[in-house]
Amino acid sequence: MSKTIRVLVTKPGLDGHDRGAKVVARALRDAGFEVIYTGLRQTPEQIAAAAVAEDVDVVAMSLLSGAHNSLFPRVVECLKEHGAGDILVIGGGVIPESDIPFLKEHGVAEVFTPGTPTTVTVDYIRKAMAERGVK
Amino acid sequence: MKEKFEQIALEKEKWEQGPLAKILTKAPERPHLPEQRIYTPLDVDTSEEHYVNKIGFPGQFPMTRGGQPTMYRGRLWTMRSYSGFATAEESNQRYRFLLDQGVTGLSVAFDMPTQIGYDSDHPFSEGEVGKVGVAIDSLADMEKLFEGIPLDKVSTSMTINAPAMVILAMYQAVGEKQGVASQLLRGTVQNDNLKEYIARGTYIFPPRASMRMTADLFAYCKDNIPKWNTISLGGYHIREAGATMTQEIAFSFANAIAYIQQALDVGLDIDDFAGRISWIFTADINVLEEVAKFRAARRLWAKILRDRFGAKKTSSWMLRVHCHTSGSVLTAQQPINNAVRVALQAFGAVLGGTNSMATCAFDEALSIPTEESATLALRTQQIIAYESGAADIIDPLAGSYYIEAMTDKIERDAEELIEKIEKMGGAVAAIESGWMQNEILNSAYRHQISIEQGERTIVGVNKFTGGDVSNVNLTKVDPSVRDVQTAKIRDLKSRRDEAEVQAALAELHRVAESTENLFPATLRAVKAYATLGEICDCLRDVFGEYVAVKTI
Amino acid sequence: MIQTDHLEALIEEACTRRSHRAVARLISMAEDDPKDSFQIVKRIYPMTGNAYFVGITGPPGAGKSTITDKIAKLLRQQGARVGIVAVDPSSPFSGGAILGDRIRMNDLALDPDVFIRSMGTRGYYGGLSAAVDSAAKIFDACGCDYVLIETVGVGQSEVDIMQLADTLLVVSVPGLGDEIQMIKAGLLEIADILVVNKADRDGADQVAGMLKTMQMLGPPREEGWMPPVMMTSAQENRGIAELLECIEQHRAWRSSRETADRVRSDRLRGEVVRLLQAELCARAFAAHHLDEELDSLLGQMLERKVNPYDWIETKARLFG
Repeated sequence: MSKTIRVLVTKPGLDGHDRGAKVVARALRDAGFEVIYTGLRQTPEQIAAAAVAEDVDVVAMSLLSGAHNSLFPRVVECLKEHGAGDILVIGGGVIPESDIPFLKEHGVAEVFTPGTPTTVTVDYIRKAMAERGVK
Repeated sequence: MKEKFEQIALEKEKWEQGPLAKILTKAPERPHLPEQRIYTPLDVDTSEEHYVNKIGFPGQFPMTRGGQPTMYRGRLWTMRSYSGFATAEESNQRYRFLLDQGVTGLSVAFDMPTQIGYDSDHPFSEGEVGKVGVAIDSLADMEKLFEGIPLDKVSTSMTINAPAMVILAMYQAVGEKQGVASQLLRGTVQNDNLKEYIARGTYIFPPRASMRMTADLFAYCKDNIPKWNTISLGGYHIREAGATMTQEIAFSFANAIAYIQQALDVGLDIDDFAGRISWIFTADINVLEEVAKFRAARRLWAKILRDRFGAKKTSSWMLRVHCHTSGSVLTAQQPINNAVRVALQAFGAVLGGTNSMATCAFDEALSIPTEESATLALRTQQIIAYESGAADIIDPLAGSYYIEAMTDKIERDAEELIEKIEKMGGAVAAIESGWMQNEILNSAYRHQISIEQGERTIVGVNKFTGGDVSNVNLTKVDPSVRDVQTAKIRDLKSRRDEAEVQAALAELHRVAESTENLFPATLRAVKAYATLGEICDCLRDVFGEYVAVKTI
Repeated sequence: MIQTDHLEALIEEACTRRSHRAVARLISMAEDDPKDSFQIVKRIYPMTGNAYFVGITGPPGAGKSTITDKIAKLLRQQGARVGIVAVDPSSPFSGGAILGDRIRMNDLALDPDVFIRSMGTRGYYGGLSAAVDSAAKIFDACGCDYVLIETVGVGQSEVDIMQLADTLLVVSVPGLGDEIQMIKAGLLEIADILVVNKADRDGADQVAGMLKTMQMLGPPREEGWMPPVMMTSAQENRGIAELLECIEQHRAWRSSRETADRVRSDRLRGEVVRLLQAELCARAFAAHHLDEELDSLLGQMLERKVNPYDWIETKARLFG
């Protein structure tokens, strides 16, 4: 029996543009994943608490307000504090290429910039889960 | 009544069965195109009656051809550049630079904390201060923002919604300090909270409280800031969230109807405030469709105001449009292409008759604009204005069979959708149930699928890919802005008259609980140098905060 | 299949130290593997029996998540520990789901004494109700005084879940016209309390009236309890205290009756029988290689050379 992949789709910080997050959430659902959608204005603590309570495999963050360099690493930190450092963390939004190395150094496994087809994100998650032995 | 063009119909059939059929068997058309390939007099009403009643002349009902009789021949559209970042001092420099480069109006971008009523030192402001706009924590910052900019000489459009009243009160206070009477102030506050619940997310208070604050602002400005556009309904944000063109018009018009009703309910006369309602629409990249969209929207609005609400003044029937080129159409891949996209979008908006426009910079999918990219965005408008000829003839595409047919169609479709929303109980009901948001998401999702399945081509993204993005110089906002602002707040709090601040906030609290107009109490608090966060917290205490509905 | 000592450690962490991570992992394990589910539920069973289960169901848009959130907050004020299971429909095409109930429960996310789990209606071993039941038992074992179970009451499987509830709230809203749907889904028959939410809206009184009338038409779920119609405006936090009191009244009424535990014992019996049947069946099939034998005979059965019903009788006689 194969395990259903659970993904937390969330918007940290104050940014209210949720088109991208919602479109990705639907695409993940259509790919057979279970998506826990938290809505807007999530603090890093809330995101970590939700990720842990829902035992998700992936945390997917969307941010268009430029606050990614401080908020994304904070989320990773909070997850570690909860003993959930093994959860895969990915992000998307208005994020310049030049910021991506910094984010990766701070625990964000991959960043999907504007224009990335949703299929790329889906395949990335599937592959990552397969590599971890989660089907 | 449509004229019968029997000969044309006959010729068309001959052409379809002759040369067209012949070439289609040899070389079929490209895939995923609109179904109707060509428009003829058969597709439009070419009667005199139709021209007189539906197309008409600019500056009079039904406004299809434009809002003013001379349009751009009399005065070009207001050229703006949406701008603001980091501290008030730095943004002030950018505004003065832009004014030197030839913008004819300012357009202020505020950062997220300011838009949501949090001071820069609030825990939620971490990482957000000064990023997407300028940080304004108090009147002191506002004064710096407009230093050296005479408020009687500029028109300022401010993208602020939930705390619009507070920011406008600050603007008025700045004017007073400059010696400019509030009667002379010109500009706009966006002040459209319904679209925040639907598409943009910078709400604070629940819908009823927001509607009250909007009506209070209308009433106050009518007597005190009469040249001020008290609302800029979007339009834009709904489209950017994924809505179709029809939804862009229908949903924003439905919201407008709700605001108008609210204002009428508190006793205002339609002609008292309708002339100060303005709009912000997208200029999307399908140039021809956009032209038709603007024409259809003008005609539909004029009908609604005159026929449904009984407005008597011509200025009440006019759709006052600011247009912002669509940002969601721009790509992170091969960013330089975006300069071309913006040019096309702006061109469409001009042919469509917009009254004001802000063009995106080509690097917007990556970061906020640099001086260089913001300048190019402005030059785009200037070249269209002075070199292309588009501004020299009024409504030049009128009479095109395609444009007139599209104009009629868009008007019809939007009208139908508005009726549907009215049957649901109006915009507020449609938003509270999550229906509008869901419709928009459906459109957004369909759009994404059509791109991913190759039905829709985006150059540089799913076709003609490859190309270096790394050479673009981007604006980076220094994260120390938060520390700078925090220090300013501390300093402000130590210098101001604390007793007056507390008294003003207490008064504000009392007025919020009553049904009196909130503006005067807000103005008092602002002048006492209460911070934006303190004022908004006071209102939060009375009104509560909006909790989003499940819309996914 | 999970290692016993690993399971022990996890149960210890979940039930004694009430670690959210451990609780969540246990629920996932129970959802994903029927054998693990059995072992977990077996192991924690002695620690269950303290929680009171409240079901909240109704059409989309009725405000169930808001009501759940408000009830939970009130219970927290009273010092109770609360578990919440929020069920949303999975796509019949992809099997995926968007679980969005947490949007309305943001304030509860950081409360250490509130446990929230979102679930899709995906095909579970033993049916959806088994998965929800495991989660509810795990919350029970970890010290929750109340477990709130929220579902959209449209499908049969959702109606089944609602049998888990000690007290079932069925929520309506003026203007949606969903009363007929609810009758079709059999919800009105199993409701213990009827709630009209968004009661400040036009038509609320009419909905209440209609519900009261419809109640008269059918037999009550339990002899002697006439489900009351409660009016709430959950968003404004109105009517919630009264609603909670009504739940407590139902609880008290139930425990004061002679056949007090009949509903619970029926439920337990049903579950035990189901699990025992499944277990016996699995063993029988394995021990006698029934699957392989059937596969080899299917062709002849279709050709009417072998009678499948004879075969069934023969195989059944192996067991007495």
